[in-house]
Amino acid sequence: MPEHATVRSVRSFLPEFDLHAPANLTDALETLAREPGQWRLFAGGTDLMVLLEAGKLPAGRYLSLWGLSELRGIEITDDEIVLGALTTYADVMGSEALQAECPLVCRAAAETGGVATQNRGTIGGNIANASPAADTPPALLVYDADVDLVSVRGVRRVAYDRFHLGYKQMDLAPDELVQSVRLARGRGGWLHAWRKVGTRRAQAISKLCFASAIDLTGTAVRDIRVALGSVAPTVVRAAHAEAAIRGRAITHETIAASCAALARDIAPIDDLRSTAQYRLRVARNLLEEFLSSAVA
Amino acid sequence: MSDAPAITVSCRVNGTPAELHGHPMDRLLDVLRLELRLTGSKEGCGEGECGACSIMIDGQLVNSCLVPLLHAQGTSITTIEGVAEGDRLHAVQEAFIAHGGAQCGICTPGMVLAAITLLERTPEPSLDDIRTALAGNLCRCTGYTRIFEAVLQACRSMPRSGA
Repeated sequence: MPEHATVRSVRSFLPEFDLHAPANLTDALETLAREPGQWRLFAGGTDLMVLLEAGKLPAGRYLSLWGLSELRGIEITDDEIVLGALTTYADVMGSEALQAECPLVCRAAAETGGVATQNRGTIGGNIANASPAADTPPALLVYDADVDLVSVRGVRRVAYDRFHLGYKQMDLAPDELVQSVRLARGRGGWLHAWRKVGTRRAQAISKLCFASAIDLTGTAVRDIRVALGSVAPTVVRAAHAEAAIRGRAITHETIAASCAALARDIAPIDDLRSTAQYRLRVARNLLEEFLSSAVA
Repeated sequence: MSDAPAITVSCRVNGTPAELHGHPMDRLLDVLRLELRLTGSKEGCGEGECGACSIMIDGQLVNSCLVPLLHAQGTSITTIEGVAEGDRLHAVQEAFIAHGGAQCGICTPGMVLAAITLLERTPEPSLDDIRTALAGNLCRCTGYTRIFEAVLQACRSMPRSGA
C-alpha cells in the first residue's frame, strides 16, 4: 500500500475492523451459524459508519449484507407488500404500490435524511439498528408489519410489535438476520397521518414521531392504528389509545378518552433532544389533532 | 482479534478502471482523496449530515464518508473531477459560476453532484424539488438562493435528449 494511503482521520483503528462480503445469502447464513455471536451485521452503513468515525463502533468482524440480491426488491402478493431487508428509502419512495397503500412508510422514508442517505439506508437496517428514534418503525406498525427472520434453521415470522423487546434488545438470534418486512394491504382508503417533530423541519433526529391511520364510516371508527417513536425504550403501538376509540364515534369525549389513555402506552424520558413532559403533551396533541380533523 | 487484511478493490472511477487499496472498513472518501488524490470531495461533518463528500456510485448520490471501501467493489464511481469533459464544464458547473452559486467552495462539489443527479431524475424540477434534492447538502455561505437559481438555470440550458 502506498505510504500516503495509510493516513486516516477516523477515530477508530481500522485494522481492528473486518468487513466480509459473503458470496450469497446461504453463505451468509452458514457463516453466522458456524460462528454465532462472532459477527455483527452491516447493511447500508448509514448508522455504523457514523459510529466508526466517532470511535464508538465496537472493533471486530462485520458481515456485509449489502451485496446480497436475495434481500432486495419489493414483492406484491394478494394481501401483503413484502419489502426485502435491503430495500432502501429511495426504493420505498419510488414504489407506486407503497405510495397507494402504505403512504406513511413513504412519508417516513422521505423525511429520513437527504437523498444520499435515502439511497443507502435500508428498512432492514432501520429495524435491526433498533433505535427508538428511527422514523420508519411507527409507520410499519400502522400496517401490522410482520418481520421474516432467516437462518440456516429456516424462516421465522414475528409480529413487528413484538420484535423489539427493550432498548436495543430484539427477538433476533445470533444466527438470524432480517430477511423481509411484510405489510398489510388494503388500507389505502384509510385516513392517514404522519408527523415527525424535530428541532428543525428537515435533517433532524426526532423528538417524537407519530403515525396513525383510521378506517372511518361517517364519524364511526371501524378500526384504528396509532404508533409512536422516541417516546419509549422501543417504538410502540398505542393499544390503549386505540381501544379507547375503536368501534365508537369520534366525539369530544372519545377523543379525550383516547388521548388520556395514551399515557398508558408510552414512557417518554428526558434526554438530549427533549423532555418527557413535552413528548407526552405533543403525542396527545397530535392524536387529538388527527382525530378532530378526521371528522371536521 | 487478528488484524483485518488489507484489500484491493476493483472499480471504475470517472470512467477509468481503478484499483483501490486499504482496509475493508476504510471510508471511500479517504481512499479517493489519499490514494487517487481526488481531493474535490471534501470531509465536512464525517457523519452523513452535510453532503460535502457527495459522490455518485452507479449513478446514485451517496455520502462517501459513509461508504466502506469494500462496497466500492465492481461499482462505477463519479467524483466532481469526472463531471467536466476536458475543459468543457458541465451545464450545472457553468450555471453555478454564472449565478455566484459558490463562495468558500467546500460544499460546491457535493452541491453540483446532487444537482446533476436531480436533473437526471427530474429534468424540469420545481423549486421545491430542488430544495428537497439539495437538503442533504449544507452551505454556510450563500444562503442557498444563488445555488437554487443556478440549478434552475442549469435545467434550462441543459440539452434535452431527443430535443
